Amino acid sequence: MDSILNFFSEYGALLFEKTWEHLLISFAALALGVLVAVPLGILLVRLPKVSGLVMGIAGVVQTFPSLAILAFFIPLLGIGKVPAIVALFLYSMLPILRNTYIGVKNIDGNLIEAARGMGMTTLQRTVRVELPLAVPVIMAGIRMTAVYLIGWATLASFIGGGGLGDFIFDGLNLFRPDLIIGGAVPVTLLAILLDWLLGKLEKAATPIGVRLERGEA
Amino acid sequence: MLVFDNVSKVYAGGKRAVDNLNLEIGEGEFVCLIGPSGCGKTTTMKMINRLVRPSEGKILLNGENLLDKNVVELRRSIGYVIQQIGLFPHMTIRDNIALVPRLKGTSVEERNRRAEELMDLVNMPKEFLDRYPHELSGGQQQRIGVLRALASDPPLILMDEPFGALDPITRDSLQAEFKHLQQTLGKTIIFVTHDMDEALKLADKIVIMRAGKIVQVGSPDEILGSPADEFVEDFIGKERLAQARQQLQTVGQIMNPDPVSVGMGETLSQAVRVMRKRRVDSLLVTDGAGVFRGWVTVEMIDRHKNWDAAVADIMETDVPTVRADTLLRDATRNILVRGLKYVPVVDERKHLAGILTRTSLVDVLYDSVWGDAEDESSGLADGEGA
Repeated sequence: MDSILNFFSEYGALLFEKTWEHLLISFAALALGVLVAVPLGILLVRLPKVSGLVMGIAGVVQTFPSLAILAFFIPLLGIGKVPAIVALFLYSMLPILRNTYIGVKNIDGNLIEAARGMGMTTLQRTVRVELPLAVPVIMAGIRMTAVYLIGWATLASFIGGGGLGDFIFDGLNLFRPDLIIGGAVPVTLLAILLDWLLGKLEKAATPIGVRLERGEA
Repeated sequence: MLVFDNVSKVYAGGKRAVDNLNLEIGEGEFVCLIGPSGCGKTTTMKMINRLVRPSEGKILLNGENLLDKNVVELRRSIGYVIQQIGLFPHMTIRDNIALVPRLKGTSVEERNRRAEELMDLVNMPKEFLDRYPHELSGGQQQRIGVLRALASDPPLILMDEPFGALDPITRDSLQAEFKHLQQTLGKTIIFVTHDMDEALKLADKIVIMRAGKIVQVGSPDEILGSPADEFVEDFIGKERLAQARQQLQTVGQIMNPDPVSVGMGETLSQAVRVMRKRRVDSLLVTDGAGVFRGWVTVEMIDRHKNWDAAVADIMETDVPTVRADTLLRDATRNILVRGLKYVPVVDERKHLAGILTRTSLVDVLYDSVWGDAEDESSGLADGEGA
């Protein structure tokens, strides 16, 4: 117990700072991922010919080792937070893209036809029909990605991005288990907390009518 | 109102889903497009709101080529009801009904007023407006589907097997309700179905299609009365056809066209000679132009001693007659109610055309049940033999 208190008194401020960095990197990557992947996913549903290709590329990117991707951006973007965010953003693309694509594509075709037949423009159909109906699936993708990103963001430390990875890798280099645990536990807690929060958000964002249809609420 | 002029839809690979279709649909008509699956009926309908683009020919709506119109405006001006109902699950009933008015920029108050007005039209409680589609039964949902199509009061409504997914009882009541609604509101309806009963029940005009072509167009009575070919007959079904034949048979079709008659100027002795020769106990009397005047019976002649008198002097002139083009079912009722043995049949100019006797009615009766009776009796015989 004493050692825990000692750890906090010695590293408390730093821990707070690194947690903040960690969240910043993760959220920046996630925000970019949502901004790019959601519209792209909707677009891909409209372009069945290229959708296979794009999904394939996103799948291939996903298989790159994360360290390799981080290292790859050093010559392009140098070191620091920016390359870390860009690399993590690339990772976040696939799950969000795939869920958006599937979520929109799996909407009952009759509803789409009804929307077209009643004279909705493509934009109206997207905003008023497709997005609300695909929200549960899209949100599930975002939630999963967010949890992954919290984990992956520890690697940002390798290219000088900071975050809780700094604790973990310092601990590994210096044979200091307290630092490893001091970094790993907050990462885990962040992931669990975020998963719970986004789960709430997912539910709140699902239209009532859709929840009724699925027998929830 | 709507004219198909040599319209074809050719899909990649050369399949002609709709092949040189010509069709004219009038204002306020209830038109059923019917045919087996893949006959092009749905494609034909979807070309009207341009969900499918015609490959050849043109479709004119009130004289204007559909392809020249703004597609979004066009669709908003045509009601559309689909089989799977297609209510948006994330919108309340109110929002679903008022969708097209909303797209058109109608104010909230006006939209609410319209939604409530429409609910009244089908006697549904207004509380439903704030519910979600999932909270309603299938029949209720499709009522809302129909209301949604009516919301902006379009003159033309397209319906793609709207009642197909409902159970038979709900379907029946919705059909009746909708037909009534259509007649009240005077809408033009294009209704796709594969259910002949439904088409016969609802349509003013039935368009039977096969392999992208129109096989026959006509009113339900015309189609039942004279199916164009074997395909149509098969499609209508033997049972329905037999039933319809009875329903639609006219007196002219079963009457005896060669009644025993006598001119009104003939003498009674001549009349008796005719009776004896043809072995009948009464004669129908006509004038020189063949117009039916009355009848004489052997008793009437017997009472009148002077056989040199003319038939015209003693004939009964107050005789019920029936027109040759009367439906048999109406004439039958007449004959049975009045207890007549026979009725003279006349044409539209009162000329004697034939005679309808109880015997001919009995013949019709036997004809229509004979096949069934034979099957049943042979079945019985087998049973007894075992």
